[in-house]
Amino acid sequence: MKTFLPILLLAAAALAETKPGDIDNGKRLFERDGCYQCHGHSGQGGLAGARLAQTKLPQVAFIAYVRNPSSGGMPPFRAKVLSDQDLADVYAYLKTFPEPRAAKDIPLLNQ
Amino acid sequence: MDKSNESKNPVNRRGFLTGAAAGVAGLAAIPPVAMAQQAALKPEARAAIEVTGNRRPGSDFMVDVFKSLDIEYIAANPGSSFRGLQESFINYGGNKSPEWLTCCHEESSVAMAHGYAKIEGKPMLIMAHGTVGLQHASMAIYNAYCDRVPVYIVLGNILDVDYRRGNAEWVHSVQDAAAMVRDYTKWDDTPVSLGHFAESAVRAYQIAMTPPTEPVVLVADGTLQEEPAGDKNLRIPKLTANAPPQGDSNAVAEAARMLVAAENPVIVAGRVARTPHGIDLLVELAETLGARVQDQRMRMNFPTAHPLYGHPGASIATPNLSSYDVILGLEVQDFWGITHKMTGLNKFGMEAQPTTKPGAKIINISAVELNHKANYQDFGRYLEADLSITGDAEATLPELIEAVKKLITPDRRRAIAERAAKIAEANQRDRERDRELAALAWDASPISTARLSAELWAQIKNEDWSLVSNDRFVSSWPTRLWNFSKPYQYIGAQGGAGIGYQAPAAVGAALANRKHGRLTVNIQCDGDLNYAPGVLWTAAHHHIPMLSVMHNNRAYHEERMYLTLLAAKYDRDPGTSDIGTALAGPNIDYASIAKGYGWYAEGPITDPQALGGALKRAIERVQNGEPALLDVVTQPR
Repeated sequence: MKTFLPILLLAAAALAETKPGDIDNGKRLFERDGCYQCHGHSGQGGLAGARLAQTKLPQVAFIAYVRNPSSGGMPPFRAKVLSDQDLADVYAYLKTFPEPRAAKDIPLLNQ
Repeated sequence: MDKSNESKNPVNRRGFLTGAAAGVAGLAAIPPVAMAQQAALKPEARAAIEVTGNRRPGSDFMVDVFKSLDIEYIAANPGSSFRGLQESFINYGGNKSPEWLTCCHEESSVAMAHGYAKIEGKPMLIMAHGTVGLQHASMAIYNAYCDRVPVYIVLGNILDVDYRRGNAEWVHSVQDAAAMVRDYTKWDDTPVSLGHFAESAVRAYQIAMTPPTEPVVLVADGTLQEEPAGDKNLRIPKLTANAPPQGDSNAVAEAARMLVAAENPVIVAGRVARTPHGIDLLVELAETLGARVQDQRMRMNFPTAHPLYGHPGASIATPNLSSYDVILGLEVQDFWGITHKMTGLNKFGMEAQPTTKPGAKIINISAVELNHKANYQDFGRYLEADLSITGDAEATLPELIEAVKKLITPDRRRAIAERAAKIAEANQRDRERDRELAALAWDASPISTARLSAELWAQIKNEDWSLVSNDRFVSSWPTRLWNFSKPYQYIGAQGGAGIGYQAPAAVGAALANRKHGRLTVNIQCDGDLNYAPGVLWTAAHHHIPMLSVMHNNRAYHEERMYLTLLAAKYDRDPGTSDIGTALAGPNIDYASIAKGYGWYAEGPITDPQALGGALKRAIERVQNGEPALLDVVTQPR
């Protein structure tokens, strides 16, 4: 947490200049740059990556995490690869996924 | 055959050539040796060589030897260096016990035998040329070796230059045929007589089946196959099964003391259950100790619905062991790897840190130490265990269980019961959480691997089913959602992580399941099927019923993830990761491929709503004796 807070503040300052996320571009980047490979095409997550759909992280924290992931399996995506605006677009795309159904409402998951 | 007649008239090739030379020696002033050479080159003389009358060839005796070993099947792509044996198996042996299975690739032959042995608990034969056939087979042999599976490999070869018929047999001949795979087989021999062959054939079987069970190689020389068996008093030695090596009693007693004294012990199960009884033993040990079992799922070791079953976590092969004070490993793969971690930087080989609790004690019981070899590095990094017991884990468990029972006092029994209750509660929470996670992307297309697994479970749960594929590539959803309890319901993975194993191993496992009437289910990765899809024809040709459901993520996806990781790490374009890894453009039509090989098939299926109906139709075909494939387009993992 000691190192995370300054990063968060820096990221927040940088984000002041990002425009509202472009969902279409976010979708394109999510697929093109391989986010789906670990997190699933619907951002559902799995054993290889965390759930991203309907993330509860604020945008600033989301971007900060992508820059400096704590998971050993995820590489840092720096601004040279994905700009803050790109990540704002991806974030907007992730917010478009519907809430999942509860397992209790799916008969096949109650066999 | 009339042996007395044979001995009076010994027509073998050498004898015939000598006689032919003598017969024409007086016709011209040509030195006898040169004359013999010329005679051997004349077409009419060569035609006469083939006259062997009704003599019994050596290969008939070889068939008798293999029949004595109660081998059910031979898988082979045909080859001239073992044509004698093939003819004898079919015409002399009646093509029964063993029965010949036509394969389209030697890698398929071996992987079929690999899958078969994991269901049936014994080897089948594979045959191949000692050169080009073995070269094809070698990766599959390495997989079986790393997976500690007995496969009986018979190689054709013609050692004697006088018997090689033209260029093909020269390029197919080798001084030491088994040398190429000696680093990853347990034993081999090149018999020079039929008596030698019988002894070595029986010995090979015995060695293959003694833990650690492994592949073995026997070279069937072409000359021995095709020359008359002769009138020697040939006999076949009796097969004696070796008792498996068991851990030292004093060391086992010490292990029991450490386990009973532990506050929070854990059992890590690798390739423990060699036989169905192995599951019962592991359950008994876990219940006696009140210890969680982290199953690496390399065999069907432990029932997945048991309250002491440990959730696989992020990776079945590398469970989180950080909270335990005593870790008992039973035939564990890469024990060092599951007790240490490498940081991101050190992923490229610099430092490592233990992931175990400070002071945690490690006990290792394994028979693999008995067969370590130097060249290939499947033994993993050196493990600094506190107690290392060389012996087969399943064979050692009865004594360990008894030793543990003797040490448990009423106080310990209460503590063990409390611990087991807590593990059971955690197990229940893990299963509930998995159901919630499975609901994510439930209606997505491509179809989620959780949905695929749940739809499949709905169709098979009331059948006598056998899953014959590794489920790691589908996020272990079958392990997390289904109820595995019987020994044939799971058989682990490749062993050597050599892709191309799954499709043929599934056919071999389905072959073993056929006589038991089980419903064989294979979740088939797309990349794997493309190595040697001809095995689909083998399944259709030999009427081997099985259901293959494609996990078609249209890529060699693991490698695609690595490329993305590295590109991002180096600040380069991660959008290039499809190059060299994606299997798209054009998309491969697996249903058409399967139909072409004689399977019932449907797909590509992209709508999750369509999956249940397609599974029903396919299973109906399988239950009528056909192989059936569904091409399901899936999420990456």
